[in-house]
Amino acid sequence: MEIIHNLVLGFGVAITPINVLYCFIGVILGTLIGVLPGIGPVATIAMLLPITFNLNPVAALIMLAGIYYGAQYGGSTTAILVNIPGESSSVVTCLDGYQMARQGRAGPALAIAALGSFFAGCVATLIIAVAAPPLAEVALKFGPSEYFSLMVFGLIAATVLAHGSLIKAIAMVVFGLLLGIIGTDVNSGVLRFTFGIPELSDGIGFVIVAMGMFGTAEIIGNLELKDKREIFTSKVTHLYPTLQDLKDSWGAVLRGTALGSMLGILPGGGALLASFGAYTLEKKVSSHPEKFGKGAIQGVAGPESANNAGAQTSFIPMLTLGIPSNAVMALMIGALMIQGIAPGPQVMNEKPELFWGLIASMWVGNLMLVVLNLPLIGMWVKLLTVPYRFLFPSILVFMAIGVFSLSNNPFDVLIMGIFGVLGYVCVKLECEPAPMILGFILGPLMEENLRRAMLLSRGDPFVFFSPSKPISLAFLVASAILLVIVALPNIRKKRDEAFAAEEG
Amino acid sequence: MKIKSPKDFWAGLMFVGTGLFFVVWAVTNYQMGTAVRMGPAYFPTVLGGMLTVLGLIIMLGSFAIQGEAVAKFHFRPLIFITLGVVLYGYLMKPVGLILATGALVYVSAFGGHEFKWKEVTILFVILAAFSYFVFVKGLTLPFPICPSFIENCPIR
Repeated sequence: MEIIHNLVLGFGVAITPINVLYCFIGVILGTLIGVLPGIGPVATIAMLLPITFNLNPVAALIMLAGIYYGAQYGGSTTAILVNIPGESSSVVTCLDGYQMARQGRAGPALAIAALGSFFAGCVATLIIAVAAPPLAEVALKFGPSEYFSLMVFGLIAATVLAHGSLIKAIAMVVFGLLLGIIGTDVNSGVLRFTFGIPELSDGIGFVIVAMGMFGTAEIIGNLELKDKREIFTSKVTHLYPTLQDLKDSWGAVLRGTALGSMLGILPGGGALLASFGAYTLEKKVSSHPEKFGKGAIQGVAGPESANNAGAQTSFIPMLTLGIPSNAVMALMIGALMIQGIAPGPQVMNEKPELFWGLIASMWVGNLMLVVLNLPLIGMWVKLLTVPYRFLFPSILVFMAIGVFSLSNNPFDVLIMGIFGVLGYVCVKLECEPAPMILGFILGPLMEENLRRAMLLSRGDPFVFFSPSKPISLAFLVASAILLVIVALPNIRKKRDEAFAAEEG
Repeated sequence: MKIKSPKDFWAGLMFVGTGLFFVVWAVTNYQMGTAVRMGPAYFPTVLGGMLTVLGLIIMLGSFAIQGEAVAKFHFRPLIFITLGVVLYGYLMKPVGLILATGALVYVSAFGGHEFKWKEVTILFVILAAFSYFVFVKGLTLPFPICPSFIENCPIR
């Protein structure tokens, strides 16, 4: 039983006191910042990335993963208590979670969210352990044309899942790809689009772009709104769900876990689509669909389990293919590269302790979330009562320190400011920043693989479609099908409805 | 011709402008190469072209399909938040961590809804102390603490 051997190796790494400590710090910091409204997991991880620079790769990754779950969980807490989703994947949690809180059942809502997430986390950890090795085997056989087509598929999937206009999302991807070109061309050594600025010769740092687009832009956007928050602080009294609650929600947890695990693997999907799909599913299978939106516990249990499962299985493409399926995974890849590890299928064989240690620490992190967060909910609630006028300068200080410390260069901070303005403009024009970020990360990889594939095929563009490359062909066909499906008027309407519900 | 969807019109214009810029800059400055051996200009030209076409489609659509107006820009937070952050970066080396933190806190707080000197000053003291203890002492980031013209910094 190789899998047991591997998991034992993983737990051996993850349960060493020092790694448990880093996991603990990560979960606490992640929750702390994830609870703050308007700061999602991407900004949280970007902000905290610099504190992992001095750690060894295993500890750094374990801590970042902890930050990720913490931020996810913190997002749900704000969704339930304040009706402000801390991040996009907890949008649907607002619908029923907040209603439960208004009925004085914030405690059970938070508890079921935590327990459902924990169950989903356990299952997803197992899925990764089982699915990752064979996938990595396949990935090792990938040539440049397969990689290129896979990335095309990933980017298309990301645009389909972005909300709003499809064509704008595609344009944002291309915009991101173009920004990714800035820097030294690896093939010719030519400096492209650097305009004589030496700092640009290594390209623009991904962390800086993410912090600008998701961090400062968010804060500017939040400051437009007046501070009007209604918090049910006094009402979080009894935490534990009743037996009836558990009976009502276990089915939802199971379904959410299954759906989330599947959707999480899809590029561009991850937690967002998972929580969304789970809510719709629960409403469909429920015998009392009219209760949804009025405090149905299934409406919290399903999406929360799904988004945690999805958040975790989205590690699969990152770990096996070296391709990020969402912005969070892109940051993880950035962190790996800073540690001197090239992400990809070879990591599993070359650094088994890193790979399996990370997987085992996912489970440890999930356990910590339950053990720590349920008792600490009172503290997170207190944090929510801090007025935004104290929070936002503090967040800015941490972001600025984080970016400055990347290379002790004020230019990086300037770039973050510029991307903050760009992010704000994009939000005003209803252009989603998430597809752009994915394009930005994949840009250099795509160009590299395109060039290699074309060189190998002697300039024949049909190499991507040829029957001798079935995997590449399959990815491209799948991308085309996705595009056609979304363009169909019927499905388009459904998709718009789904996203409209999200905004409501 | 009347613009029916201003959001799409401006978004399209942004994409067309960006796309054209990348194409023109790439073509005039870098070598194109061939499909077999792509030069540095190849990929950006193709992508820039794609972005231009997509932008044009979005712009044309804005004349046909009814859409929303662009929501009002709030320049106060936009300017003060951005300015505060940039100041922090450029002040760090000359005046040190403490004063740079002060610049960021005061300037960005000015971008909020209300600005009370007392509150902001307390916030500044807390954040400066926190930055010093956690990032400089704890994580040993090599930031200067005092302005560079003070030779013997009282805080180390």
